[in-house]
Amino acid sequence: MQLTGAQALIKSLEMEQVEVIFGLPGGAILPVYDPLLDSTIRHILVRHEQGAGHAAEGYAHVTGRPGVAMVTSGPAATNIVTALADAYMDSIPLVVITGQVGTTLIGTDAFQEADTTGITMSVTKHNWLVTDASQIPTVVREAFHVATTGRPGPVLIDLPKDVSNQLMEWYWPESVDLPGYKPTLKGHPKMIQEAAKLISKALRPVLYVGGGVLRADATKELLTLAEHCGIPVVTTLMARGAFPDDNPLCLGMPGMHGNYTAVTSMQKSDLLITLGARFDDRVTGNVAGFAPYAKVIHVDIDPAELGKIRNPDVPIVGDLKLVIPELTKEIKKLKVDIKAQLEPWIAELATWREKFPLTYQQDPSGRPLKPQYVIERLRQMAPPDTIVVSGVGQHQMWASQFWKFNHPNTWVNSGGLGTMGFAVPAALGAKVGRPDKVVWAIDGDGCFQMTAQELVTATAERIPIKVAILNNAYLGMVRQWQEMFYDQRYSEVYLSPDLPDYVKWAEAMGCVGIRVDSADEVQVAIEKANSINDRPVVIDFRTDTWEKVFPMVPAGKTNDEIVIGPQEMEKK
Amino acid sequence: MTFSGSVVPMGGNGANGAAKHHVLSVLVENKSGVLARIAQLFSRRGYNIYSLSVAPTEDDRFSRVTIVVDVESAPLEQITKQLHKLINVLKISEINASQAVEYELLLGSISTSSESRSEIIELVRIFDGKIVDVGFDKLTVMLAGSPKTLDDFEALLAVYPIVEIQRTGRVALQKLDRSAPTRARSKSGKAS
Repeated sequence: MQLTGAQALIKSLEMEQVEVIFGLPGGAILPVYDPLLDSTIRHILVRHEQGAGHAAEGYAHVTGRPGVAMVTSGPAATNIVTALADAYMDSIPLVVITGQVGTTLIGTDAFQEADTTGITMSVTKHNWLVTDASQIPTVVREAFHVATTGRPGPVLIDLPKDVSNQLMEWYWPESVDLPGYKPTLKGHPKMIQEAAKLISKALRPVLYVGGGVLRADATKELLTLAEHCGIPVVTTLMARGAFPDDNPLCLGMPGMHGNYTAVTSMQKSDLLITLGARFDDRVTGNVAGFAPYAKVIHVDIDPAELGKIRNPDVPIVGDLKLVIPELTKEIKKLKVDIKAQLEPWIAELATWREKFPLTYQQDPSGRPLKPQYVIERLRQMAPPDTIVVSGVGQHQMWASQFWKFNHPNTWVNSGGLGTMGFAVPAALGAKVGRPDKVVWAIDGDGCFQMTAQELVTATAERIPIKVAILNNAYLGMVRQWQEMFYDQRYSEVYLSPDLPDYVKWAEAMGCVGIRVDSADEVQVAIEKANSINDRPVVIDFRTDTWEKVFPMVPAGKTNDEIVIGPQEMEKK
Repeated sequence: MTFSGSVVPMGGNGANGAAKHHVLSVLVENKSGVLARIAQLFSRRGYNIYSLSVAPTEDDRFSRVTIVVDVESAPLEQITKQLHKLINVLKISEINASQAVEYELLLGSISTSSESRSEIIELVRIFDGKIVDVGFDKLTVMLAGSPKTLDDFEALLAVYPIVEIQRTGRVALQKLDRSAPTRARSKSGKAS
């Protein structure tokens, strides 16, 4: 069967069971958009290529399947670089297809030409420049394989226009032949035994759980391990939901804005059982003073993570889905009553929790409206498996702190790269992936302005997401740093609460827009938003400008120097 | 480039002991873009590649890249692990100079006078090099040898007016095992 390269590409995507592509057509990718008309694959026409990338990420976050985005060459390819970098940092499987100028024009500064494979080399797990249509099925097969196996990540296929038009004989490769790519899945049995021994002897162990547990789909295995041993769990920003917040063993989020107990548990720990986490600087604070008494077991599918920041006492390379059950098995063999041994530790953690809870004060008058109050009300009025998507900044930290994540893959955010503007397009992608679930984007006013146009996409494509803007009229996190560390010299952080008018803007994009100024309007507004399921809803919550995210470990300080709240800040 | 005569010794520690040369032998797929992927892992961390040589192996699906780089051991381990993650990279060995055969080639053009010509020819003969090109008042000499031998040769050439010197960067392979297979005495060192 003879197909054009473009037809072969679409057919290859069908073979990979792609159900949706987020994209935006243009010159160099035109040939591929023609056979797309005859395909069963749904295409969602975004308004900006960055949005296509983040939507594909949101889709991948909640489904565990690779997100697919397709855009044209040049500026479209450079526009999607941010999403690639974001997915690369957070290990999100993406397959991005970019058009390229014809092979004879490559390197001639042709119209809409960019060196896409060169530009994206450092933000993709791998990329391919296709030079002959006969390569297409092989490349697509390889691309999906690389994106989804080992440590997942984004890949890119750059497809020149003439290759799309070239005829090829259709085939589908039986297998993938990549001699240099063989991820290690099974953990080393000796090392797992060593780890079990350390765990059986530890008196203050902490399970330091990262996003890898979600990527490996190992949340059930983690629950079994934690509950068998009674070991407390911290879930990093990327791992919120990997272990249920309502479980008594869950200490919540560690790190720069983690809660006191989670942060201090690691500082006082004698054993960090690190599962799919990478000792990010936002978790460790000053590395020299991080978890000074702890031995480290580090399990990761990516060998490069072991010893990158902290040298592990027991390194284990492998897939968490396989390693965690093995570890549990080895621990059981040792027949040590770990739970009994940890009683004093658990009791100590409980006193910290009681003494240093996350707090905020909503003034009974209703004003100023506290952002944390908004998040708590949203949570109380949403189904427990609601998907929460956030941008980057104060609102992201509050969402992570004050939501209760009890289900895996219900928290979608930009952790590693910290991409403002992530929320709206990612929420759209998440809703496409899980149309059965309520999707709330909790966004900041600064973030919202970066990618709000994707609400047009949401309306046009009937994707009823809900957006809560915590509008404090500022680039809030930057303002907080200027207040705390730059003598309140506010430089270029003011955005205005009503420029733009978010309600009118939402309405102009076909959404329902609601404004909330005071705490007593919150309930009614959320009820209204929850009742609308045929179009997107945007609530403009005018929140307290001066509210800051606490606790906070100031940059460069060790986690022992955690600042618990504003009162303590004033004392210093 | 003007030649100063102060040769940076290759192999072992530099003069101040801070910079250390490491030699990596990397087996890669012989495909376009592979070298860029490798080089980028060094450049994004701000490390300079000291020398680099690339050529296809006996199996032309694969190439061997020999990289000499000044990095402390800890960051080198991270780079090696990152190199392993490249889809086109099959195998990486760090080559320890004492357990490897290392060769490099030098080509140098030197201006000669009637007196110096025979001195240079003599020098080349002592080093087992070759005169590969002769001009009216210039000679091009070639020497293949260990990096250390090339350093010595280069230092001795430095007294003459050098037009140009080009070295290839080293290529290296692990030394072969000398113990006969019948003798069961196992060695403790690992192959790579």
